[in-house]
This record gives sequence, structure tokens and C-alpha cells, in this order.
Amino acid sequence: MNRIDKLFQQKDHNILSVYFTAGYPELNDTNLIIKGLEEAGADLIEIGFPFSDPVADGPVIQASSHKALENGMNLDILFGQLSEILETSRIPKVMMGYFNTVYQFGVIKFIKACSRCGISGVIIPDLPPEVYLDEYHTLFEENGIHFICLVSPQTPPERVEYLTSISKGFLYILSMSGTTGARVGMGRDALLCVSTGERVTPGGKRAHAVRPYNGTPRTIPTLIGFGIHNHQSFARACQQANGAIIGSEFIRRLTDDRRLMTDGRLMTEDGRGVTEDGRRRTEDGRRVSLGEVCEEFVNEIRRGK
Amino acid sequence: MVKSRFTPDERGYYGEFGGAFIPEMLMGNIQELQERYLEIVESEMFKSEFHSLLRDYSGRPTPLYPAMRLSEKYKTHVFLKREDLNHTGAHKINNCVGQVLLAEKLGKKRIIAETGAGQHGVATATVCALKGLECVVYMGALDVERQAPNVTKMKMLGATVVPVHSGNKTLKDATNEAMRDWISHPSDTHYIIGSVVGPHPYPDLVARLQSVISYEVAFQLDEKTGKPDPDVVIACVGGGSNAAGGFYAFLDNPDVKLIGAEAAGLGNETGESAATLALGRTGILHGSKSYLIQDIYGQVTEPYSISAGLDYPGIGPLHSHLYTTGRCRYLSITDQEALEAAMELTRMEGIIPALESAHAMAVLRKESFRPDENVVIILSGRGDKDMSTYSNYFKNEPDR
Repeated sequence: MNRIDKLFQQKDHNILSVYFTAGYPELNDTNLIIKGLEEAGADLIEIGFPFSDPVADGPVIQASSHKALENGMNLDILFGQLSEILETSRIPKVMMGYFNTVYQFGVIKFIKACSRCGISGVIIPDLPPEVYLDEYHTLFEENGIHFICLVSPQTPPERVEYLTSISKGFLYILSMSGTTGARVGMGRDALLCVSTGERVTPGGKRAHAVRPYNGTPRTIPTLIGFGIHNHQSFARACQQANGAIIGSEFIRRLTDDRRLMTDGRLMTEDGRGVTEDGRRRTEDGRRVSLGEVCEEFVNEIRRGK
Repeated sequence: MVKSRFTPDERGYYGEFGGAFIPEMLMGNIQELQERYLEIVESEMFKSEFHSLLRDYSGRPTPLYPAMRLSEKYKTHVFLKREDLNHTGAHKINNCVGQVLLAEKLGKKRIIAETGAGQHGVATATVCALKGLECVVYMGALDVERQAPNVTKMKMLGATVVPVHSGNKTLKDATNEAMRDWISHPSDTHYIIGSVVGPHPYPDLVARLQSVISYEVAFQLDEKTGKPDPDVVIACVGGGSNAAGGFYAFLDNPDVKLIGAEAAGLGNETGESAATLALGRTGILHGSKSYLIQDIYGQVTEPYSISAGLDYPGIGPLHSHLYTTGRCRYLSITDQEALEAAMELTRMEGIIPALESAHAMAVLRKESFRPDENVVIILSGRGDKDMSTYSNYFKNEPDR
């Protein structure tokens, strides 16, 4: 069974999904971050693979993508890293990035690599569901990879039904029109955008029922993304959907936490050195491990500061 | 309208190129455009408003000038389609007049645009001033520097010019930022894309609005020579809108040779080039599938050209289709060749061309033509905006 489906079977509320850009802050941080988030109790991880021209992303994720590419990240390296944690990581993982990167890698090769590396789903914002259905649906199905659709506040009800019928695992609900990381609160009830008018229940959550476009009734879990940046916004999103997705705020933390800087000048001969307060540095020269930062972050989001 | 093999299918594909690869946030806007653009731009009312404005406001038809001295030198009949004589100095105004009328019909109150050389930005700011619409233009920070006079014009026209500091700080990055703006303001904003790029229906929409160039050429050439169809049409290609407009009426006549001039910067072998068809392969950028200059992992490579308007790593899907089907040939023209051609046109005909258009002029030296052929070159814009580049380059040129 797909790990995303299993997750939502076991738990239908307060789902926390965290996005990070692979190759950021450093090329080889991917597995440290995954392990950190998994141990900290995140429910789902979205691994962003960087693209030079991320048009749906705001400044924070743009900058992390740019740095990741400078660090040398590419899909060969990323799949290599992911294959190393195949045995140890059990958390559902989703790959997220732009279509050109996948297209050049080879869509078939990409999906097979996802399947081999323990990836459960894929989000490609600029691959419209229509094109997916025409060209790649069978490929995804045969390899057990979920194609996850986005729904925006502008999406009309009929199209929400259409997207619900295509999306697998969950529906990614954008809380607002915008690029990632914009710091505006959810100005309106995010769930309104998935209502079909006749079936929405005020304050309702859990799997959301919509009228199917292909004739079979189905429900699908929902996660709200964009603009979620602290415990309050996370909690509010969780009242409206099965959970929420945090991306830019986590990247911002990785950027702003000065303890994470890998400062070679402070290293001693054994390659590690000590921090000002006498703690030993991590192997990569940091004053604190990525794992600790992940734990602090997840705790803050779940419980508040 | 006659169905041509060079118009897109209903999903926006020219052969294997085109389509609409856009995030869900833009789906509503794009579907609205897809559903309504043909009905609107093909309506008699729209056509009448569009052509009135082009005539009374922009000064169309632009002349088709028989360039005597160039004809003598190159031993053929050279005609220049004088798009440089349009209001605002380039062919870009044709598209902007059309799209601002379209935006009005769609009830949009706010206009955004990207610009490279600033010509499209100025044209957009101009039609927004004309219609009293809010206008925001995204421009790469490097282009803001190298095209300063156009920035002043846009501001004077009431537009907000937003310098874009990401990436190479040029046209591609300005386009990214314009798309982000559109994603953030989907309901009240129309995005006037400046070239035959972007998601369906933009490539077809812009080509139709620019097709006025080639329909005029056919009429004027018929008047002058008794034959509406030229033997050769030459145009420069960045995204490819003046070329699309200049080729449009002749696409279905295989006897008309079509030549596109891509910007090869310092030379294709140096990597400092913007010649997309020469250096690229199929990829997806800014909403459509087309040729793209990129690395093996699909990261878009930063292009280079002395001409800001051609400094773009992609190209319209129509051109990728014309290239792969062999309907059109595309030559690579270096900075040096373009500058020399600009000088030649200036000294021989008294016309200072835009750097972009100079790339098309350079084709005269690279190709040979028969004495009885009618060769039409689309002179897409005038050189005013490029005077500082020219003066840097020609400062060592002896006075004559």
C-alpha cells in the first residue's frame, strides 16, 4: 500500500507536511534533514528538486533553489542520496519540482527512480492534470506513484471535482492566490475553495466529499499549503483540512539559524572544533545539528513556542 | 479562416511544440483566454477598433521601402518593412494595441508585462496610458541599466517599472517575475506577453496580432511589383514575434523562403550566445514546450546577446515547428555581424536600426540572392534605444 494512503488511514487530523529544497543549505544535507524531520514527528516530507526558473515560488524558495543548484544538486545526485536511506526511512515522501527537470531526466526514468527510492508521490505544479492523464497516468499507476493535484481559490467547483477525481493520496489546497512563502494569513476559509456548494459542511474537515466527475463518488484527504508559517496558522488550517504543508518558513529557518552555518575557520585539527560555549561541533562544522533544528521547528509548529 | 498546418491545434500545439504548461493558479485565466480569444479577435468589432487604432494612433500601414543602394550592392531587390516607423519605435505596439483591447473586453483593470530591450514595456505603458489602465512592467535589472531611455519613457507614461534581480537579470527573469505577479493577481490582471511565447493561446494570439505586418507586405509588394508574395522574407528572432508577424501570410506558400536571424552573441562555440534553435533542445519554460537552451539536467542556461531584445533562452513554439519541419531556416548572427550590418544600413540608407533588427540585416551578407528576387527584410525597430551601445562600439570608427 502507498505510504501516503496508509498515513491518512491511520491519522486524519493535524497532519504536518514539511517541504525542503534538496541540496540546501549544503549539497549533502538531504538525508540529515529527512532523518531530522522524521524523528521530530513530521508526518510527510516534500522533497523539492531545484529548477533554475521556479515561477510558482516566492523569494525564499527561489533563493534556496538557486543555492542548491550552485551546490551542484541534480536528480542523479538526489536519487543517489535517497537510495541510501531506503532501509531506514519510513516516512511518506513526495517529490516536488518543475516539469522541465523531469522531462530532461526522462519521465519514465524519473518515475522508476522515485519508485525505487521509496518515494510515494509527485507534485509538478506546471504539469497540468490534462497532460498527465493523456500521457503519464499509466506510468504513475504502474509504479505506484501518486500524482498530487493543486487546487487554488480560483478553481471553480466543477474543476475541483475533476481534480479530486485525478489526484491521488491527497489534494493540495492553496490557501490563497500567490507564490510560495507570501506572508498573508488565510484571508478566507481555505476550504471554501474545495466546496462544491452543496456538500461543504461549515467547519467540516476530514476527507472531503465531492461529486465525482467520472461517476464514482470519492473522497480525498486535503492538506492546506501556502502562508502556513507558525503554530496558529497551522492549527487554523488543521481545523479546515486534514493538515497543512509548511515550506518557506522551514527554509527560512534553515537560512536564518546562524548556528547552522558551516564555518571552516572555527574548525580545529580534528576537523570538528568546539563552539563558544564549549560544545563540540557537528561533523560538518555546525554548532548545532540539522536534527536539532528540525526538532525545534516541528515542536514549535505543533505546540507553539 | 483557412486552417493552416502552421496554426496550432485546439490544445495549442504546433506539431509537438506549444501547449499550456501552467500551474493550477493560472488555469482559470488561461482557460478564459483559450475559450474567448478567437471569438474576440476575429470579431468585426474588434478588427475595426484594432485597425483604426493602428492607423490613426500608431501610423500604419508602415512603408515598404525599396532600398536602392543595398539592392545595388547585393544585386537583388531589397525591401525594408519599416516597423521602426511605428509609434514607440517598433513592431511591439501592434500586439499591445490588440491585447489592451482584448483586456478591456475581458474586464481587466490592471496590465502587467515583461520587457527586455524595453520596447515591449514602452508599448505596453503607452497603450495603458491611452486606455487609463494601471500598468506594471517587469524588467531585468541589467536591462534597466543598459536601456535607460526606455525606463524613463515607461515611468513618464505612468507605468511602474520593477527591476528584477534574480538570475541573469534579463528578459527570462523578468518573464518569471511577471508570471509570479499574475499568479498573485489572477482575477483583475491581464498579462500582455510581448512575444509569441508563453502558454496557449499566447503564441497564436500574438502571431495573429502581428500578422498585420505580412498582410501589409503582400499588399504593398503587389502594388510595387505586381506580385504579392516575396521570394524571401528575413526577420530577427528572439521570442520571435516580428518574425511570426512577418512570415504569417506566407507560411502556406512554400515558394516564399523564410529566414530567421538568431542572436549568436560572441559566437555559438563560445557559449555566450542566445541562438536557441542552434544550441537548444526541446524543453518546457514559461508555459510552453519549445526549443530551450539548457544543461543536461534541464536547468536553463543564461543566454547572451548584445541585443537585450534577443537575449532570451527560449523561442516561440511556432518557430520550433517551422525549424523542425524545414519550413523556415534560422541563421546565427554574432554581435559583430549585427553591428557591422547596422553600420552599413545607417551609412547606405540613412536608417539607424535597433540592434535586434540589425541581426536580420546581417543576413544579406551571409546569403546569396538572385537578381530578380524580391527580398523583404522586417526592420522591426529603430536604434534610438541603442545609441550608447553603438557609440561605445563605433568610437574608434574614423569619421567619413
